Amino acid sequence: MADVTLDAWKDIIKPENKVFSKTPLMTDKILSYCPGCGHGTAHRVVAEIIEEMGIQDKTIGIAPVGCSVLAYEFLNIDMQQAAHGRAPALATAIKRMWPEKYVFTYQGDGDLAAIGTAETIHACNRGENIVIIFINNGIYGMTGGQMAPTTLPGMKSSTSPYGREVELMGNPIKITELVAQLPGTYFVSRHSVHKPGNVRKFKKAVRMAFENQKNNKGLSFIEVVSNCNSGWKMTAPEANEWMEQNMFPFYPLGDIKVDGQMVTKK
Amino acid sequence: MGELKLMKGNEAVAEAAIRAGCDGYFGYPITPQSEVIEYLMAEKPYERTGMVVLQAESEVASINMLYGGAGTGKRVMTSSSSPGVSLMTEGISYMAGAELPCLLLNVVRSGPGLGTIQPGQCDYYQAVKGGGHGDYRLFVLAPASVQEMSDFVKIGFEMSFKYRTPAMLLSDGVIGQMMEKVELFDPIPRRTEEQIIKECPWATTGKTANRERNIITSLNLDPAKQEQHVEKLARKYESMKQDVMFENIMTDDAEYLFVAYGSSARICQKAVDLARAEGIKVGLHRPITLYPFPEAELAKFASQVKGMLAVEMSLGQLVDDVRLAVNGKTKVEHYGRVGGMIQSPTQVVEALKKQIIGG
Repeated sequence: MADVTLDAWKDIIKPENKVFSKTPLMTDKILSYCPGCGHGTAHRVVAEIIEEMGIQDKTIGIAPVGCSVLAYEFLNIDMQQAAHGRAPALATAIKRMWPEKYVFTYQGDGDLAAIGTAETIHACNRGENIVIIFINNGIYGMTGGQMAPTTLPGMKSSTSPYGREVELMGNPIKITELVAQLPGTYFVSRHSVHKPGNVRKFKKAVRMAFENQKNNKGLSFIEVVSNCNSGWKMTAPEANEWMEQNMFPFYPLGDIKVDGQMVTKK
Repeated sequence: MGELKLMKGNEAVAEAAIRAGCDGYFGYPITPQSEVIEYLMAEKPYERTGMVVLQAESEVASINMLYGGAGTGKRVMTSSSSPGVSLMTEGISYMAGAELPCLLLNVVRSGPGLGTIQPGQCDYYQAVKGGGHGDYRLFVLAPASVQEMSDFVKIGFEMSFKYRTPAMLLSDGVIGQMMEKVELFDPIPRRTEEQIIKECPWATTGKTANRERNIITSLNLDPAKQEQHVEKLARKYESMKQDVMFENIMTDDAEYLFVAYGSSARICQKAVDLARAEGIKVGLHRPITLYPFPEAELAKFASQVKGMLAVEMSLGQLVDDVRLAVNGKTKVEHYGRVGGMIQSPTQVVEALKKQIIGG
C-alpha cells in the first residue's frame, strides 16, 4: 500500500457512513485474480452465505485445479484442494463421513466439465447431498487461455487460435443442462455475477443450495457464467459485454431445475 | 484366543477393516480382489460399526474419495489390483504430498497392461519406489498369509496415521484368493468426533473459533517452501526405518539365502526344506515391510552367506534392493516366473543350484 498522507478519507470512512463490510469469512489475503474477473465476487457470495447461516464451523470447501486453485487462501473456512477434476469425489466422501457437515465444491469449466466429467456426472447421479459451484468462463484461465470444454464455436483461444472449429474440435458441452437430467440433482441453476442484480440472484441461489443441503434434499448445482478478460484478450468492460452478447445466448441464465422438478420453458 | 475362521485373504482384509475401526471403504471391482467389496457389501458394516462402504465409478474416483475422507481425519481404505492401482497413483501421490493417511490394498496380478488375472509380484517398484509422480514413499507391508492379510490391516492403519502417509498392503492373487485359518482380532471401536479432532488437529472438520482454518493441499507455488516440504517428507520416510519388519527362517547356519516376500516367501519356505533334505544349508529372509526395506539386516547376511537368490514373480525388482543392501559383498541373483505363472519349490531349488551354488 502506498503511504496515505492525506486525511480526507477520514471524513468519509466513518462507522455511520458504512454501507458494506467484507465478511470475516474472506481472509485479508489479496486476491490473485485478474481485475475484472468474477471469481472474487463468487467467493464473497459463498462466504457471505456461510456466515449468514452460521455454519463456518461445520463447512468444508473443496478447491479445484484452475484459477481458483488457491481459493483456500481467500476463504476463512476449512478447505481441501483436490486433484484436477476430482472435487466431487472428495466431497462425496467428506459428506458421507460427516453427514451433519456442509460440503461444497468450487470448480471451473476445465476441471468440472472436461477432466472431471465422470466425477461430476456420478456425484450428481448418486444425488450426493452437496453443493457444486461451477464457474464457467469458457476458457482455461490459469494455464494461459487454452480451449475449454465450454469454449463457444468460433471463439478464439490459444489452442483454437483461429476460433473453435466444431468439426475438428467438437462442440461445447452444456453440462449444467446435462446434470439437470439426472435424478440425483435437486436444484440446478445458472447465474452471472457481473452486475449487482445478477449477484443478488446468485446469492439467493447459493442460499437455496445450502438450505437444500441442510434439509438433505440432494445435490444443488449452480453455474456462474463468468468472464475471463485476460484469456479472452479484452478489457474487463469489453469482456462483460462480450459475455452478455455471446455466452448468455448459448448458456441462458435462470433456474433449470427447482425442488427436483425441471423448470418448463416459457 | 480370538475368533477363528476359514477365510479367503480378500475376505480377511474386509473383516479386518470393520474390526480395525475403519470409517469408510471406497472401491471399484477388479479381479482378483473383488471379494473385498463384495464381503463388505454383504456384511453391512454400517449396521455393525457405522462404517461407510461405497462402490465408486472408477479407481480414480475411489482414491480421491480416500483423499477427501482422510482429509477429515477418518480411517479410510480402498483395495484394487494392478491396473486399478495404476489409475490410483495420481491420487496416491497427492495424498503423500498432502500427508494424508489411508490404507491401500494391491492384490497384484501379472502385467503389463491388462496382462492376466493370475498372480504376479511385478508391482514392487510401483509400491516401494513411489509409483506416481514426485519424491514420495508409502509404508508398504507384504502379507504372506491370510492371517497377515487380517493383522496387517490394523498395522497398516496404525503406521499410516503415525507417519501421516498412505500405507499399502502389497499382496498378490495367491494370498488374496487362497483360504486359510485366520484368528480375527477383537474389534476396535471407530473414533468419535472428539477423538478425531484431538488426534488429527490438522483435519478439515470445520473451522471453529478456537483455531485457524485447516487446509489440505499438496500445492506450494513457492519453490523454496516446496523444497522444505519435500525435505520434511524425506525425513519422515527415513524415520520409518524404526518400524522395519522382517522374518528370518533357518538362517543361523545358512550358507545361502533366499530373499522373498509374500507368496514367493511361502514357496521358498518349502524350497528351504527341500534343499536342506539334500544337505544344502539355505535359509530364508522375508522382508515384511518392503518400505522401509530391511537393508541393515540383509547387509549383515552379506558377510555370512556365499550367495543370495531373490525369488519373486517378476523379471527382477526386489533383487535390486537386495543388491543395494549387500553392496557387492556377496553374489545376488534373481529367479522367478512371470505372466501369472508361479515358480514351484523344486524350480527354486534348481535355480539356487544353477545360479548361486554352481554359478
